[in-house]
Amino acid sequence: MARTEYTQQLQQIQDDLLLLGSMVEKAIVRAVDALKDRDLDGSQAVIDEDDQIDDFQVELEEKCVDLIALQAPMASDLRRLITVIQVASELERVGDYAEGIAKISLRMGDEPPLKPLIDIPRMAELGATMLRESLGTLTDLNMEVATRVAETDDVVDSLYERIFRELFAYMTEDPSNIQRATYLIWIAHLLERIADRSTNIAERAIYLQTGKMQHFQ
Amino acid sequence: MINLNVGRSGPEEPAADDAVRDVVLSSNELSFWYGDTLALEGISLEIREREVTAIIGPSGCGKSTYLRLFNRMNELIPRTRIEGQVFFRDTDINHAGVDPVELRRRIGMVFQKPNPFPKSIYDNVAYGPRVNGFRGDLDGLVEQSLRRAALWREVSDDLDKSGLALSGGQQQRLCIARALAVEPEVILMDEPCSALDPIATTRIEDLIAELRDDYTIVIVTHNMQQAARVSNKTAFFMVNDNGAGILVELGITEQIFTNPSDERTEAYITGRFG
Repeated sequence: MARTEYTQQLQQIQDDLLLLGSMVEKAIVRAVDALKDRDLDGSQAVIDEDDQIDDFQVELEEKCVDLIALQAPMASDLRRLITVIQVASELERVGDYAEGIAKISLRMGDEPPLKPLIDIPRMAELGATMLRESLGTLTDLNMEVATRVAETDDVVDSLYERIFRELFAYMTEDPSNIQRATYLIWIAHLLERIADRSTNIAERAIYLQTGKMQHFQ
Repeated sequence: MINLNVGRSGPEEPAADDAVRDVVLSSNELSFWYGDTLALEGISLEIREREVTAIIGPSGCGKSTYLRLFNRMNELIPRTRIEGQVFFRDTDINHAGVDPVELRRRIGMVFQKPNPFPKSIYDNVAYGPRVNGFRGDLDGLVEQSLRRAALWREVSDDLDKSGLALSGGQQQRLCIARALAVEPEVILMDEPCSALDPIATTRIEDLIAELRDDYTIVIVTHNMQQAARVSNKTAFFMVNDNGAGILVELGITEQIFTNPSDERTEAYITGRFG
């Protein structure tokens, strides 16, 4: 195999992307756990650690730009680097959503949640699974898995809609619920966005492997 | 004499895709031997009008040999043999009735090393038209050819100067002007920039981009980035198990460099073999 060092650098970049993905997935899980457990320290830790995710994304993007400039990658190598840049950017945003959940959790402080949290942890679990599976398709494209990610996004969307309607009912019933309901709607919205971003990653995986852009409906 | 003046289409707007662009050059199951050595095997390829087609591939894969078949330059080498056909539009160029001199007027060539005649700049450009019995405004034709080759501004005051006194990049543009002076339809370029520095290379590449509005260009290059920059189509050649050059893939340049169909093309352009 020619271009040994270059090939190793490409592999390192791909490994780094998966590492970034696992940092982000952990942030989602921890943000929602801290919300459920009313663990304010846990929420603060998610906020503090988001800087690491941001820095790592910038570092990864710089590595890709350097390799493009210095090695003139072509064909699947080029697609891989473009995909890494795009997916790293999606992951950075997902990290921000996790941070957003943690910030709302801090705002809620010691107040008890409006209602027992059932659908929100369910959304978080689905989102984290989608993220993990979509990242898996980057190294080993399995169209079934990619399609399942897109289908799960529909489930997350309908959960979001259900949560929204339910909380809306709470608000109209008693305006003193508005603040606490709004917090939960924000959180549900952020989780819905996480699922969307994971679907984008699955679409990028299809591009990486086939060279064709495909958007799931 | 077979009439080569068939099917030249007029100066309509450059067409957008294969469906409307005429095939100018093509080969059909073309094989070629140097003595007993098979150099090219079974190559079928179509080159379309007013497009730049780049031929890339590892050393020794027959790119230049293939290019030279289009204006019968290889027959100047003893003990060579062709099987299959090469067409210029609808004419089989190896047919006994085709005049190679007229063929080479219609299909000009620019070589790796600039090779101006040891004559003045003016005479270099005027040489071909004079040999072809041009009767008309020769000064105008020389100026027009030098302008088209993006050299006029640099040499207009020095037309009597020797062509050999120019820089390498200017000499190469002079050779392009010389090729253009006989009003060819096709320009074959055999690694035209390999002896030039990056600035002179950029000039030639810019020139290729201008010329493709009016001419069909086939360029052999070792420089993949150059193929990517200048061409509309890219053909990838490699050597098969018989040691002969074969065509692996021809495609739109963007596709070849982002998503080639054949894994051998992928391996070559990502630098993993060749």
